[in-house]
Amino acid sequence: MSDPSPAPRADEPAGARVDLLAALKEAAIAAAVAFGLFALLIGVRTEQGPSGALVIATRFGPLAAFVAAAFAGRFIFAVTRHRFTIPAVLFASPAVKRTAAAVSPYLAAVLLIFALVVPVVFYGNRYLLDLAILIVTYIMLGFGLNIVVGLAGLLDLGYVAFYAVGAYSYALIAQDFGLSFWVCLPLAGILAAFTGLLLGFPVLRLRGDYLAIVTLGFGEIIRLVLLNWQNLTGGPNGISGIPRPSFFGLPFTASESGFAAAFGLHYSPTHRIVFLYYVILALALLTNWVTLRLRGLPIGRAWEALREDEIACRALGINTTTTKLTAFAMGAMFGGFAGAFFATRQGFISPESFTFTESALVLAIVVLGGMGSQLGVALAATIMLGGFEVFRQFDQYRMLVFGAAMVAIVIYRPRGLVSTRKASVSLRRRRNIPTDTVDRTQSLGPA
Amino acid sequence: MSAPPVLRVEHLTMRFGGLTAVSDLSFDAGERKITALIGPNGAGKTTLFNCITGFYKPTVGRLQLAHTDGETFLLERLQEFRIAKDARVARTFQNVRLFAGMTLLENLIVAQHNKLMAASGFTVLGLVGSPSYARTEASAIDKARYWLDRVGLTDRADDPAGALPYGAQRRLELARAMCTDPVLLCLDEPAAGLNNRESEELNGFLRALRDEHGISILLIEHDMGVVMEISDHIVVLDYGIKIADGTPDEVRNNAGVIAAYLGVSDEAALAAEAKRM
Repeated sequence: MSDPSPAPRADEPAGARVDLLAALKEAAIAAAVAFGLFALLIGVRTEQGPSGALVIATRFGPLAAFVAAAFAGRFIFAVTRHRFTIPAVLFASPAVKRTAAAVSPYLAAVLLIFALVVPVVFYGNRYLLDLAILIVTYIMLGFGLNIVVGLAGLLDLGYVAFYAVGAYSYALIAQDFGLSFWVCLPLAGILAAFTGLLLGFPVLRLRGDYLAIVTLGFGEIIRLVLLNWQNLTGGPNGISGIPRPSFFGLPFTASESGFAAAFGLHYSPTHRIVFLYYVILALALLTNWVTLRLRGLPIGRAWEALREDEIACRALGINTTTTKLTAFAMGAMFGGFAGAFFATRQGFISPESFTFTESALVLAIVVLGGMGSQLGVALAATIMLGGFEVFRQFDQYRMLVFGAAMVAIVIYRPRGLVSTRKASVSLRRRRNIPTDTVDRTQSLGPA
Repeated sequence: MSAPPVLRVEHLTMRFGGLTAVSDLSFDAGERKITALIGPNGAGKTTLFNCITGFYKPTVGRLQLAHTDGETFLLERLQEFRIAKDARVARTFQNVRLFAGMTLLENLIVAQHNKLMAASGFTVLGLVGSPSYARTEASAIDKARYWLDRVGLTDRADDPAGALPYGAQRRLELARAMCTDPVLLCLDEPAAGLNNRESEELNGFLRALRDEHGISILLIEHDMGVVMEISDHIVVLDYGIKIADGTPDEVRNNAGVIAAYLGVSDEAALAAEAKRM
């Protein structure tokens, strides 16, 4: 395995001569690029002339400043580059890797305990509790999509469709038949799973980019159906007044028969939030448990084998049709659960909540977390959604910071935050194997 | 050949548009025999393999596979995964196709998917952790361990398959094919890229498969040393047509085969053709 960091070792003689000429050349190129970029952006602008018409005004001063800054910056970078070991220290140095290896076995347990006590610690902070619910919802969606994308290797850009199906199933069943949340939840999951099968059949032959396009289209189809099927879904107006969950029959209201009264507590709207938090946490943990279980079973191994090499799977007598369909259906089912939860939490749903952005966000969580890694998904969802909130104060620079963070991840951790996978079975001690030692550049050739 | 053939290929033709890759090919592969398919590049050997293993559907012809219990399968009518699952034909690929990110052991366990899937009650029993599934899984691991041992890779059982050197990857692919309990094993250039010592070991291994495990082997190979040494029967293809069929000695002295491999002037080729007719 080659060390990804190009930076020289710290123990290398620091006196390595700096090539000034090369640095100047580099700086000149950077300045030329900056000039090309900014000549029109900064150097020229249109202003309102005396007669009201637009006139072109030149601003050579600021332009020169930008170009000079690019020149100087690049020059300083080129001269001092050999000292730049910060990224290497952060991401690839042996010390960091050792620490990560030492911490990682406990990380999941610590995170779980933290997740369990969140409502206790932040009981008074409604904003944080809402954020926690949002994060866990996305963790659950990430777990669900992880089955399809991370394990089975089927790139699905329309995952939000199942989320939507789950949400609308819950809303409609709960409203029209008056069934409780706990009855509707499995129904929503089953309906979403069937939607997954429905999507699965036409795309059985597709892989990679083609599959991504079709699933993207499927997500949009579902959204458009929801938008236009006025008399069932309410169209763009959505569905409001969706029944709120009750604590096993006790509603979270201030009335005599409510949850607070039954337990002799003072009524507080936070009770319901805490309850919702534990519901979604339980659902996410269930998803996690099932996924981990399935990974150790033939079906899970077949999913992973499918991701690695579909042709070899068929040569070994694995029915790739049912394998793919079960992956789609399982992933969709958990998406449907999350959707049902979303509907009961919001009390109102409309097609606007199920746009492509949601699919992209969940996919980003899975990819960022490390495909197939449950812990990675949980970390990525927390970092991404938490990051959105933390950087909210930076206002317009938020997306800039976010983009920079994504670029850094792609450069330094191309296989995601957690780039190891645990073998599902082993002769000796089970251990994590790094996924980046593996050469995946096998050619297709005549099969 | 005294024993009945395990595979009978009858009038097999495979066309891709205007190109006829295999033309009216008939031959038998004997039970517990090593049958080699040889021929220059582009002779249609891999196409034939793909027809046998169901990756292509032949344009014309019949592929009949017989198990020792008398059950027969018409391979051209089966879906590819059924050919491996029910007819029990296993194959390896010209360019090794392992599950690179999974460990060696996992590769061999995946090969026993159908047995394990049935034992896990199509996941339901497995999910609740039934003891019968645990037993089947333990026996699957034993089998994997046996084959890892046979190909000398036990030490690396828990390493990812993609991290193995090339020769070991080939051995692993062979072990993986064996884990499916095949009746017929189709090997596409198993000795390609192996050094002399490795290809010697391969010869011994293939003989052991035939003699100890009663496997019938069909192999494509360019390495004539391997082919002549271990084959019981050789079929020679050239431009999709069978030009010779017989024991290694017969094939070695066949003028048509020599012409196809070494190339001769047109007159000599015609003369050889005439002699063969």
